[in-house]
Amino acid sequence: MEKHVVVIYPHPDDESFGAAGTVAKFRSEGVPVTYLCGTLGEMGRNMGNPTFANRETLPEIRKQELMDACNILDMELEMLGYRDKTIEFEDRRQVAHHIKTYLDKINPSLVITHYPGFAVHPDHNAYGAAAIEAVSLIEPENRPTVWAQAFSNDTLEKLGTPDIKNDIEKYFDKKIKAILAHASQAIGVISQYRNADNIQSDLNELAKQNLGIERFYVWKY
Amino acid sequence: MKPIEIDKVQDKLEHFKNKQIYIHLETTNGAYASHFNQDKYNVGAYIRNAKASYHQAKIVGDGKSFRVGLKMEIGWIYAEGLTDWEMLDSKLLMAGHDREGRLMVSLQISETPFSY
Ligand SMILES: [Zn+2]
Repeated sequence: MEKHVVVIYPHPDDESFGAAGTVAKFRSEGVPVTYLCGTLGEMGRNMGNPTFANRETLPEIRKQELMDACNILDMELEMLGYRDKTIEFEDRRQVAHHIKTYLDKINPSLVITHYPGFAVHPDHNAYGAAAIEAVSLIEPENRPTVWAQAFSNDTLEKLGTPDIKNDIEKYFDKKIKAILAHASQAIGVISQYRNADNIQSDLNELAKQNLGIERFYVWKY
Repeated sequence: MKPIEIDKVQDKLEHFKNKQIYIHLETTNGAYASHFNQDKYNVGAYIRNAKASYHQAKIVGDGKSFRVGLKMEIGWIYAEGLTDWEMLDSKLLMAGHDREGRLMVSLQISETPFSY
């Protein structure tokens, strides 16, 4: 059994879309989970539909959504205070050391983050790289396992089959609840899964198809 | 935000004329454009808290979508595709949203810096 799980993603909602089922499963086993959220998603384009946020009110709204989602998932939350879309321009070593201060305190057995280069958004790739570097700074015998999440279109071709495939059906309702806590983002993100082939299907179906399994690669140091 | 009322926004643009102002100017099609459609490109730019001053300003449009041009001593500030506006803490916020409420462009003017 895991001792403590740390989730390291840059945006409010990454945890709900990417790992809510996995988090819920760990929590049901009594494993503590902490989310180190990098930014407040200040530069997000989704403003609600119909819009209720604007560029200036979005950060506070997303902060509240994040806290609500973490309550639903029953996990601890730390906000590291970077700015959306800028993490790749920060000094990676510095970000890694910043993350490591939390890892030193928590001493996790498992870290979940994005797979650098395969996580589409520049913040995902940069923050994932910093998280993986942070773990590399820990003595090998004390290092937590790292599960890295990849979903760029070339993932299967380049990385092969994921090592971990969590079928989260049992926790799917909780996952949807956590996603919907991100009211300014949820519908806009889910509707992006629509393409020419599934233009008719409803949002619930789209969500099931795209979010029902959480996949990770075990990082090799 | 609410749909742009051209006369009211023009009034506000006049209000900031010849003052030291801070600009937030942004355009984006999101970080996922080429992920969901390989024929698309990810394009975006933003500048936040650029200090500027203009002596002439105009909003022009067809009733739905608007352009704003601010004439400075040695250049211009320009935004196209603006659809909505709001005054927030004495800051003029203007933005253009797509059908699904996603922000595509924004131009904001303030006498005090935007939070960073
Ligand atoms: Zn994200």
